[in-house]
Amino acid sequence: MLADLAAYLGDGTNWAGSTGILNRLVEHVGYSALALLVGAVIAVPLGLAIGHTGRGEGIIVGLANTMRALPSLGLMTFLVLLMSSTLIPPITALVALAVPPLLAGVYAGIANVDRSVVDAARAMGMTEWQILLRVELPNALPLIVGGLRGATLQVVATATIAAFVNLGGLGRYIFDGLALYDYTRVLLGALLVTALALVLDGLLALVVKLVQPGTGRMTVRDTGLQAAIDDRAPAAPTA
Amino acid sequence: MNLWGIRNWEAVQPLLVQHLYLSVVPTLIGVVVAIPIGLLLRDRRRARTVAVVLSSAIFTIPSLALFVVLPLLLGTRVLDPINVVVALTLYTVALSVRTTFEALDAVPAATREAATAVGYSSWRRATAVDLPLAIPVLTAGTRVVAVTNVSMVSVGAVIGIGGLGQLFTTGYQRDFPEQILTGLVLILLVAIVFDRIIALVGRAFTPWIRGASLRASERRLRALAQALPEVGRLREVVSGAR
Repeated sequence: MLADLAAYLGDGTNWAGSTGILNRLVEHVGYSALALLVGAVIAVPLGLAIGHTGRGEGIIVGLANTMRALPSLGLMTFLVLLMSSTLIPPITALVALAVPPLLAGVYAGIANVDRSVVDAARAMGMTEWQILLRVELPNALPLIVGGLRGATLQVVATATIAAFVNLGGLGRYIFDGLALYDYTRVLLGALLVTALALVLDGLLALVVKLVQPGTGRMTVRDTGLQAAIDDRAPAAPTA
Repeated sequence: MNLWGIRNWEAVQPLLVQHLYLSVVPTLIGVVVAIPIGLLLRDRRRARTVAVVLSSAIFTIPSLALFVVLPLLLGTRVLDPINVVVALTLYTVALSVRTTFEALDAVPAATREAATAVGYSSWRRATAVDLPLAIPVLTAGTRVVAVTNVSMVSVGAVIGIGGLGQLFTTGYQRDFPEQILTGLVLILLVAIVFDRIIALVGRAFTPWIRGASLRASERRLRALAQALPEVGRLREVVSGAR
């Protein structure tokens, strides 16, 4: 089994072309990035508003709880049947998955900024917009990126299911392999998705450190990436 | 009421039963396994770090990948429901060990020291002082993992063992949205009921909390923290990075 897998990976023809590993990887990252981008467009302004004004926390709690219980596979298949489009339904389901952690990160980041810092900025005559963009946002960045990290993990994992509704991505290997009883292919898909999730998670853990405000900025501790991996704490298991 | 789910209850009911089995069993086993691990490792710095890193690594594995790889590791058949049970149990243990650490850390140090001072052995302190006082945080964490499990079982449907998730796959193949909607509604209902039951059990084991009156702001903060473990964990990530 493992020898078959190594042989598959070693064969250059399996990497190239529209059904090759590289293209599947690009598709997978593409769907994930698109969903995260749309999710951020929704979550960031909303999170900034709720965090700055302190009003509407109930929305975040309700959304997080509902989305945790709502199965992505059901949402995806349901939307595909309703919309008869191939790309929009899976992306919508992934956006729905990305919004709660992003929103929680942005909100928590802003709400977590020391009140005395905000008051000092206000006392110096900064406008509310300046406080938001120049004081609260930079201080909130680590938590915002933390939210992005949680969202990325969930979206990358769940993008695998998009192959069930006839999209590409790394899930293709799992579903095609299952249909053809070709277990090597199934294993290949599972390993590639896991590797992609691990790499992206490690990178974002590093970014969390890089965006720390203050004098410690840009100093990655000596243990580097390993320490970043030690500190990582994704929100919840991923679909 | 002429709903598909009611007309076809005979077909839906076994799926509901399987869904309950596949989500309740891993949750129970996972929590029961995680609590002793948490108690044993909480004061051992290195072992605790290893446990936290390991649990994070387990989360990073997408569930579908785990469902299809486990047969290879366990020597089970691909269509064996045990694969889903083992996968979800792994996720539950990983999440609950961390929750147990957090729950035990929330026990006031003065209370623990008082217990030692009046002569409690470490075993008695763990079972009679630490554990009961850890119940509120443990309950909150268990509710999150239970709801996640109920939702995640449905992914198993793509390999033929997903309880109500099978309504998604067959509904999709038959081009029949109402069947999918039935699955979505039932899964949400199961999640809500499961969540409420765990909350009630947690309250039943902490009778001293009911009498205590919290200030409104404090109650709001607690509700937020319970609903959003992500926020608590995010804070932890940042303080760890600093």
